[in-house]
Amino acid sequence: MPWDRNQMAARAAEELEDGMYVNLGIGIPTLVANYVGDKEITLQSENGMLGMGPFPLEGEEDADLINAGKQTITELPKTAYFDSATSFGMIRGGKIAAAILGAMEVAENGDLANWMIPGKLVKGMGGAMDLVAGVGKVIVVMDHQNKSGASKVLKECTLPLTGAGVVDRIITNLGVLDVVEGGLRIVELADGVTDEQMRDATEATIV
Amino acid sequence: MQKVFGSASDALDGLLFDGMTIAAGGFGLCGIPELLIDALVEAGTKDLTVASNNAGVDGFGLGKLLETRQIRKMMSSYVGENAEFMRQYLSGELELEFNPQGTLAERMRAGGSGIPGFYTKTGVGTVIAEGKEHKDFDGQTYILERGIFADLSIVKAWKADETGNCVFRKTARNFNPPAAMCGKTCVMEVEEIVPAGSLDPDAIHLPGIYVHRLIQGEHEKRIEQRTVRAA
Repeated sequence: MPWDRNQMAARAAEELEDGMYVNLGIGIPTLVANYVGDKEITLQSENGMLGMGPFPLEGEEDADLINAGKQTITELPKTAYFDSATSFGMIRGGKIAAAILGAMEVAENGDLANWMIPGKLVKGMGGAMDLVAGVGKVIVVMDHQNKSGASKVLKECTLPLTGAGVVDRIITNLGVLDVVEGGLRIVELADGVTDEQMRDATEATIV
Repeated sequence: MQKVFGSASDALDGLLFDGMTIAAGGFGLCGIPELLIDALVEAGTKDLTVASNNAGVDGFGLGKLLETRQIRKMMSSYVGENAEFMRQYLSGELELEFNPQGTLAERMRAGGSGIPGFYTKTGVGTVIAEGKEHKDFDGQTYILERGIFADLSIVKAWKADETGNCVFRKTARNFNPPAAMCGKTCVMEVEEIVPAGSLDPDAIHLPGIYVHRLIQGEHEKRIEQRTVRAA
């Protein structure tokens, strides 16, 4: 059985080490926070916060306290706030150990596309380009194929890039792949997924 | 020199002209200069270029200045929350310059710090890099981004003293300090103006040197995505 969203998030959480400062994207990456267990992980929200807490209880929402998805959140005893220039200074400066984010396409050379589909409504890249260019490790979590069954793990991205050669590891419903010299290397297969199934679902070169 | 003004309109008096560039603070609807935006609508200043991370929502924040067609160009990183914005953009009425969020923040900070340009890895190999100078440092490629020098900054803080020393609250700080820095003139709105000496000098987030005019007022502080957890 391929992994579901929660299993993918749980697998991504295994990438995190005690003491890491981490930025999580929207969607499945957000779920990663539920699976960090006893590890001391500090979440960064790029609108200006380290130490992001859970959503507030009803009635405790604060208009001055939101995450990068504009959702109301809470603070923790370790929380620190700062301005956007400082926030992206720590991102660009490599202080954030890892970013876990979703993608539309990933290529075997580590190219990532996740911000725009030509001809469709373009909302903007937000902080994604800064994150993938700056953080220590870029981990993509996404479904291996799109809704029509086409591979999202490609020889070359067809969509405009968010970053060139930036992805380190890809976690999909089928397993885990690393970007290495010459293509992708299978690190792990989801329970019951065969090597052949992984290769069939992957357009990119597997080495 | 008196920095405190009686109203947002008074505080903007003499500073506005058609075709000007304005840097605005805020992230989404969090920490936006609501009162100054309303005063700009009232003033009717046209052909504005606005550097702001987002463009408000329909009917609130910068969305109000879009409705009145006062904005000619936006410099932003994310504009997805605004149907009127999209309508004007797709029909060619509104110009849009996408900036990666951190690049936009740094362009403001740089402009306010007398730095006309800086090199960054952000956007290398993407459409953002097209037409920009590329330069290698220690084997890595970077692109040149320019500092933003705005005619006017409109920003919002939580509290300020009469001299403009101010503190922000939680994530409402966001783009406000860099936006405040990069304008020739900075007008700030706060929830409360307090006497000089009542803010801890060691805990000032933005020194008053960056703040030229100051107003106090009631803020709606609308929440864009109210999200709660089960009790």
